[in-house]
Amino acid sequence: MFDDFFIRALVAGIGVAFVTGPLGCFVIWRRLSYFGDTLAHSALLGVTLAFTMEFNIALSVFIISSLIALILIQLQKKTNLPGDALLGLLAHSSLAVGLVVIGFLTFIRFDIMGLLFGDILAVSVDDLLIIWIGGALILLVLKLIWKPLFASTVNYELAEAEGLNPDRAKAIFTILMAAIIAISIKMVGLLLITGMLIIPAAMARNLSSSPQSMVIYSIIGGLLSVIIGLLTSLEFNTSSGPSIITAALLLFILSLFKIKQSIKLKN
Amino acid sequence: MSTDQNILVKLNDAGLQLNNRWLVKGVSLQVEKGKIVTLIGPNGSGKSTTAKIALGIYKKIDGSVEKYTHKVGYVPQKISIDWTLPLRVNDFMVLTESLNKETIDEALSLTGVIHLKNKNLGDLSGGEFQRVLLARAISKKPELLVLDEPVQGVDFTGEIALYELIKKISDELSCGILLISHDLHTVMTATDHVVCLNGHVCCSGSPMDVAKNNEYKALFGEQASQILSRYEHKHDHIHTDEGEIKKN
Repeated sequence: MFDDFFIRALVAGIGVAFVTGPLGCFVIWRRLSYFGDTLAHSALLGVTLAFTMEFNIALSVFIISSLIALILIQLQKKTNLPGDALLGLLAHSSLAVGLVVIGFLTFIRFDIMGLLFGDILAVSVDDLLIIWIGGALILLVLKLIWKPLFASTVNYELAEAEGLNPDRAKAIFTILMAAIIAISIKMVGLLLITGMLIIPAAMARNLSSSPQSMVIYSIIGGLLSVIIGLLTSLEFNTSSGPSIITAALLLFILSLFKIKQSIKLKN
Repeated sequence: MSTDQNILVKLNDAGLQLNNRWLVKGVSLQVEKGKIVTLIGPNGSGKSTTAKIALGIYKKIDGSVEKYTHKVGYVPQKISIDWTLPLRVNDFMVLTESLNKETIDEALSLTGVIHLKNKNLGDLSGGEFQRVLLARAISKKPELLVLDEPVQGVDFTGEIALYELIKKISDELSCGILLISHDLHTVMTATDHVVCLNGHVCCSGSPMDVAKNNEYKALFGEQASQILSRYEHKHDHIHTDEGEIKKN
């Protein structure tokens, strides 16, 4: 069944969408879109490392992204630079270093476009296992830290005062972010991963009145984007990442009509 | 009966320094089961800071905090809810603890906002939101309640009813309450112990003791001390949320 590359891509994309749905909601709620971008950019370094050391790509990306997150936390503590400047610094320098390293690796044929924008032809059965097992783990951990994470997203002091340990939840969430980037990089490509996190969740925000419904709509939006995107990609031979994100954008635009109505009702 | 087992939280000479400025310094106090401790003091005197020290929100403090309970309910002075979060009153009620429907409804009824249960948090008025905050804090049946200006923005009759409710909760759940209030009128009747802050503990004791204290008079004026004495009387009725009077 998984012999067909398209089926593999579809199964992989569906697995990714189940995880990016809930995580994306937190990215929006906690204003972490640029943080996600920074981790994704640093993933290129992880990929090149995987190629040089003949190491598993997902694992290598996961390690590098986590490392970048750690460096960011340290820089935030030790410098007076604003958070967005530090994010930009890390995002672009890790992307640049990754590209320079690729330049040196002349003995390996690199599909840079595939890395940046995703390549459905590249999804192997091993990747499917990584996506589904890794994705299930991410969702399980997210479920475990949901209460402290969500409570501290609403109000940090309330969560802290009532004994929920929000700092630990935040640290674990950072690791989950690195993990989702690691497992979805082949599918969506590193330049567009944050889009996969944000756009379905943004669409869901327009349709939902409770956090739970936003998560569910976000998953549905992600699934639809993947299916529509991949079908388009197959039909018109476009890169998988941009096709999925474009589909997500269309869904977001459709959701705007809904929000227009509810705002009208309010006034 | 102030044995050690009744102590819920205890501050020993606690203080907090931020950017070389003391927000509050040398505060010692304790909250016991079934007792209400009220912090009073002018703006910037460190009331909220003291409450946050007691709650363990600030980590790098001077002195020490001993906390003997994990069941805490907190009503912060300021809370801003982000518009990016779709959050109804019902979702907010289960923010830090999962509760069943009856418990949620009971708490919302007590503070008179059950009709707002499915409303978006962002659509509430200041007073309504304050009632929801209080309902959330009491719904989890905490052992320690920390209430930082719990009735701000609530209409006058509601204010009295809510203070009565706070007193009732303290008796029924026998939980300890650390209360911060500007309103000397209504608070004092129910309070067991008053701590008057002004960057440090300027005086403390029973409401009567504090009212007679000279430092207190210097801080709040002669009139304030008269208020305290005037309100030392027994209530023979309670005010419901609808503003009606019920005889005890």
